[in-house]
Amino acid sequence: MAARSTRRRDGAGGASRRVTLDGLLATKEIVVACGPGGVGKTTTAAAAALMAAVRHGSKVLVLTVDPARRLADALGLDGIGNTEHRVPDEAFRVAGVKPRGQLWAAMLDTKESWDALIRRYAPDERTRDEILANPLYQNISGRFVQSHDYIAMERLHEIHSSSDYDLIVVDTPPTRNALDFLDAPERMADFFSSRLLRWLIVPYRSRLVNVATRPFYQVADRILGTEFLADVSEFFILFQSMYDGFVERSEAVSRLLSDRRTTFVVVSTLEAVPLREAEFFAEQLTARRLHLGAIVLNKVLPDYLSDPSGTVVAEALRDRADELAGALAPVLAGATPALGDPIQIGRVLAEVAESYLNFQVVAVREQEERASLAVVPDVLATVPFFETDIFDLTGLLRLGEQIWG
Amino acid sequence: MPSLTDLRLVFVTGKGGTGKTAVASALALYASQRGKRVLICEVDAKGDVAGYYESGTTGFHEREVLPGLWAMTMDTEASLREYLKLQLRIPVVGRIGPLAKAFDFVATAAPGVREILTVGKLCYEVRERRYDLVVVDAPATGHIVGQLAAPQAINNLVKVGLIRSQTDWMLDILSDPGQTGLLVVCTPEEMPVNETIDLAHRVRTQTTVRLAAVVVNRVLPELFGRKEEEVFDALGTPVALAELDRLVQGEAGPVLEAARLAVTLRRTRSTHLDRLRRGIDPSVPLLYLPYLFNRSHGLRTTRQVAASLGEELGD
Ligand SMILES: Nc1ncnc2c1ncn2[C@@H]1O[C@H](COP(=O)(O)OP(=O)(O)OP(=O)(O)O)[C@@H](O)[C@H]1O
Ligand SMILES: Nc1ncnc2c1ncn2[C@@H]1O[C@H](COP(=O)(O)OP(=O)(O)OP(=O)(O)O)[C@@H](O)[C@H]1O
Ligand SMILES: [Mg+2]
Ligand SMILES: [Mg+2]
Repeated sequence: MAARSTRRRDGAGGASRRVTLDGLLATKEIVVACGPGGVGKTTTAAAAALMAAVRHGSKVLVLTVDPARRLADALGLDGIGNTEHRVPDEAFRVAGVKPRGQLWAAMLDTKESWDALIRRYAPDERTRDEILANPLYQNISGRFVQSHDYIAMERLHEIHSSSDYDLIVVDTPPTRNALDFLDAPERMADFFSSRLLRWLIVPYRSRLVNVATRPFYQVADRILGTEFLADVSEFFILFQSMYDGFVERSEAVSRLLSDRRTTFVVVSTLEAVPLREAEFFAEQLTARRLHLGAIVLNKVLPDYLSDPSGTVVAEALRDRADELAGALAPVLAGATPALGDPIQIGRVLAEVAESYLNFQVVAVREQEERASLAVVPDVLATVPFFETDIFDLTGLLRLGEQIWG
Repeated sequence: MPSLTDLRLVFVTGKGGTGKTAVASALALYASQRGKRVLICEVDAKGDVAGYYESGTTGFHEREVLPGLWAMTMDTEASLREYLKLQLRIPVVGRIGPLAKAFDFVATAAPGVREILTVGKLCYEVRERRYDLVVVDAPATGHIVGQLAAPQAINNLVKVGLIRSQTDWMLDILSDPGQTGLLVVCTPEEMPVNETIDLAHRVRTQTTVRLAAVVVNRVLPELFGRKEEEVFDALGTPVALAELDRLVQGEAGPVLEAARLAVTLRRTRSTHLDRLRRGIDPSVPLLYLPYLFNRSHGLRTTRQVAASLGEELGD
């Protein structure tokens, strides 16, 4: 099935302009692949970066979050993690292409990235070591889910500032809410500038507990214990020394996301639940004045499944299975005598028909979902459901061709 | 090993979109059909449980949505309020807002504090014995370990205080394989299988909860036996196909093509299933649920999944 690109509808009756992912990737510096869980964000990000490297002669980095093991292997990322790494020519040779540019890949390691951040912003060595050793910090950096979103954006900013790449394609982590990572920088800044934070720190700095906070401490002490609260305070006091650096950085990350050089590619399947989530996300991007470059509809069932003439044939196969089998038996037996059993042929025909009609239910539902898509991006690409997983450059190229336009 | 429905507390987790909510809803329905009083609790809620029962929205205070089946949605602030009142005998007068906010804030830095309110409420319902079974539509694989390990995390981080003193009885319930079990939902695809194997390992090493079963959801039907597959291949040869086209006065090619897709999909998926079986402790049962080719998913689907689950459990 061919990739489809819709014509962009320019707002005030302007001339229509045909945009492809090819064109989009040629003009942007950052592409963020996002969307609901499990729809193919990681695969699409890798495929888009690969296509840009192959076709555009540019230096492209794919910053991936959680590639399937075999895909990580294919990108040469196995055990490499946080550092950027060039995908070897050999991998391209195996896939039968000669790239004009270079493809680089890196995998996001949250804990490592956090530690690097602390090293950069700690005012002195002692603070740095105390933070790195603090049990609460270890909890935050290792497990605190939102910290993952933040660090992904932070890392993007760092790499982009290095000006090492023509194009950076970013994969995003599966979040409960696809918007989390957009809000992450701001939330992180809020977190460290919160009034609550100051409340929490005050009584351990001075012995004076003011009237407003006393009820909180009475309850909090009873629930959590003074010692634990002291731990928490110590951690925040340490972290405050880095406050300015953090806030500044968060703001820079936010600015980068809304920069004209950045675009978002929303990936989804045509299943109802993910698609609603993707639509909501696309609307939010626009509401935040971020650039919605493309929607990629992935794992779409083939068109022939929703063709009404197929239904007629399938119903005939199902309803007249025995009769048809009788007529077909001599034909099949002519080629291979053992395959001429009419009962068996009848069963196969009925199964084939049943399977078609089953998949058709799903395919028709998908078509309806696609027709009801409310958002119109510059590029709308459709990728068929491949019968096998995508785990090497050959597979990525196959998918890439579909979205390229 | 006790049967799934004889447990008192079952957490249902899995990679996003694999069918956690569908399976949790079906398990709760199945148990209630067998005469148990069941509470299903949605944590990390998107309100999907209500859709699977076509019951209207659920809240923190449970509501009977079907005979013998109550549904609720976890809310940490409400849980904190209840906790303070019931466990600590701290009366909460007026607004809890500022306190909850402060609590939220501390909880951000110290995972375990928020989770304890969730796990605490669930264990509390088990201890109170108002229900025979509590089914939890739990967070996805990435978050479940943090939740299940919360009582221990609190034990490690919080040395004294009332919360600390509350964790022991919770741990007793969670660590008892006769009472508590984890159900991981997975689809026969690469990433969900990888995550399930990883999760099984982390659950074993980082929590005290037992992995009770893995549900393999959305399994495609096996269309043909080996001999039938040869017949199928023969039907696709030009001569046979031309004859078939003539007989049905249409194009049978696409219909055969769709069956070919189904066969190939099932085959690639079965390699992932083999990997799953090898990667999970042999004593943990795998329960297979078929792919449902339905137009939409509501109570009817939930009943179908419940019936399949019943067949797999065989009790
Ligand atoms: N068009 C396709 N046809 C068939 N399989 C596909 C297709 N696109 C992706 N896949 C497969 O689907 C699985 C999920 O893809 P991927 O890991 O890219 O999703 P994701 O959105 O990044 O998931 P997560 O939210 O967990 O990060 C992979 O095994 C991949 O090989
Ligand atoms: N056996 C099945 N056959 C076909 N479709 C299914 C099956 N089980 C679940 N689904 C569909 O898959 C989608 C996801 O299911 P569900 O909401 O239960 O997943 P989930 O794991 O709870 O997702 P989330 O991570 O978003 O909470 C739903 O549209 C559901 O109807
Ligand atoms: Mg991914
Ligand atoms: Mg769910």
